[in-house]
Amino acid sequence: MKYTSQAVAKPYFIAAIGLFLAQVIFGIILGIQYVIGDSLFPEIPFNVARMVHTNTLIVWLLMGFMGAAYYLIPEESERELYAPWLAHLTFWVFLIAAALTVIGYLAVPYARLAEMTGNDILPTMGREFLEQPTITKVGIVIVALAFLFNIGMTVLKGRKTVVSLIMLIGLLGLALLFLFAFYNPTNLVLDKFYWWWVVHLWVEGVWELIMASMLAFVLIKTTGVDREVVEKWLYIIVALALITGIIGTGHHYYWIGTPEYWQWWGSIFSALEPLPFFMMTVFAFNMVNQRRRNHPNKAAVLWALGTAVLAFLGAGVWGFLHTLAPVNFYTHGSQITAAHGHLAFYGAYVLINITMISYAMPLLNGREANSMRSQVLEMWSFWLMSVSMVFITLFLTAAGILQIFLQRYTETPLPFMVVQEKVALFYWLRVISGLVFLGGLGTYIASFFVAARDAKHPQALDAGPMPSSPAGV
Amino acid sequence: MAQVFTKSMARNIFYGGSVFFILLFLALTLDTSFALPERDQRHQLDLSTEVGQRIAKGKVLWENNNCIGCHTLLGEGAYFAPELGNVYTRFGNSKEAIKAYIQSRPPMGIPGRRSMPQFNFTDEELDAIAEFLKYSSEIDAAGWPPNIQG
Repeated sequence: MKYTSQAVAKPYFIAAIGLFLAQVIFGIILGIQYVIGDSLFPEIPFNVARMVHTNTLIVWLLMGFMGAAYYLIPEESERELYAPWLAHLTFWVFLIAAALTVIGYLAVPYARLAEMTGNDILPTMGREFLEQPTITKVGIVIVALAFLFNIGMTVLKGRKTVVSLIMLIGLLGLALLFLFAFYNPTNLVLDKFYWWWVVHLWVEGVWELIMASMLAFVLIKTTGVDREVVEKWLYIIVALALITGIIGTGHHYYWIGTPEYWQWWGSIFSALEPLPFFMMTVFAFNMVNQRRRNHPNKAAVLWALGTAVLAFLGAGVWGFLHTLAPVNFYTHGSQITAAHGHLAFYGAYVLINITMISYAMPLLNGREANSMRSQVLEMWSFWLMSVSMVFITLFLTAAGILQIFLQRYTETPLPFMVVQEKVALFYWLRVISGLVFLGGLGTYIASFFVAARDAKHPQALDAGPMPSSPAGV
Repeated sequence: MAQVFTKSMARNIFYGGSVFFILLFLALTLDTSFALPERDQRHQLDLSTEVGQRIAKGKVLWENNNCIGCHTLLGEGAYFAPELGNVYTRFGNSKEAIKAYIQSRPPMGIPGRRSMPQFNFTDEELDAIAEFLKYSSEIDAAGWPPNIQG
């Protein structure tokens, strides 16, 4: 690393991976509860495990974004971080708040947690993905403001690049749109309408800016392609993301009580939403093909290319699959949604965070790249996690198609619970894929320890021949 | 492409396009907010009426017990338990049936099967939840869900 203050990124990355592990373990618990309905009941009911699964996802992705920003912004701005101590402080505030929140979910019934945290003073809890107690939400805002101040001041006082500017706009949008988490009217239609201003405009809006800027940064560094070229691509990708994604919010407005014209707006614009992801894939492969240097961190390049491809598949293709209103009429709220959600989040946001971690961690540890042995492990973990996630998606899609047919499309529609039992085979297959995914994550974590050991004893590596890469990168 | 299409053109598309579509989105939001009173049953939410108070209390109970963590409501939530946006009609337009169902949940679950917890709601709370679900079923959701099974 070039600037000592970049080191603050390290605890963020480590905590992110720790939370990722928790997320996957709770995902497997959920998968088992789908097929053995009474497992862990009543100690950990499904809704509690699900809150832990989705909330740890959000928090670890945010941890990853923050770590990425603390690494990337000083290097782009060509100066030290404005206030490294503040970054350290907010890390601990964020981590402790997240841990306490998860403990709260697991230790007491949700209604008790709502009571303990004064939810009746400002009710914000109990809405999907926004289940955090109000005080946690306030904590998130404070952490986000401190973080933005730190990043913003660094950018202002240093060199301003397109990468840091796009990232800053993304992070500003992220903080601003989260404020709608505090708006919770009794009117269910209004509640849902503005709930999407956080959920959709994050995931299909400002997060894409953060993601694209992280991808651009890693590609600049690993390929040595001219910054001018990368920045032009970056502008076009994020322009397309916002042009399609903002009105694309309409695909969530079809069936929650809003006027029918949203079916047109939503269908047309969300049909265009795969475009920025397609552009991103073309961009990533183009940059790697035109590379002017062979960066020794081949694993990072694999993660970056994987991000581009799987984000296009998950967010682009699987999103388009059920985004047109006449199709969505049948798929809305079925396992198809779950299938899309899994591959989209994995492809876009899990992989971009790992790409950044994979690129930055060796540098934070004082080496340009990890030993080949460690990189081979990383590449194995990429394939294990990615292939098993594709299978999770395929099995959930199969379950979804059957569910829609049996429950919504036939002349004699069957009740929800009857249908769930009929499609259980696919849920079993999903659990098995989930276990392979956990194995992949274990391999990824193991690669860090191998890297550390190899760095300590470099002479041991010179003795034997280098193992070849299974990835062909 | 490099000469014809410059970086500053790309930048202008980004800023111009984003601002244009943000404004368009805000305009559509404004139009929607004028159209909503026809569709969202807001007259039921009047807190000076008993029904309005019950719905408000029902929604708080719905949220405080994280019902969305298993069920969907108008298609959003978790996919572990049945859709409840139309549970009122599925249960034969009967609030009593909804209340009886919630009350009848076995505290230790059903062996091997998914089970809703026993929340031990008071009669007044059950009334509120049933009223909230009735209100949800009356929102004009453009004909969704496709049929009674949700």
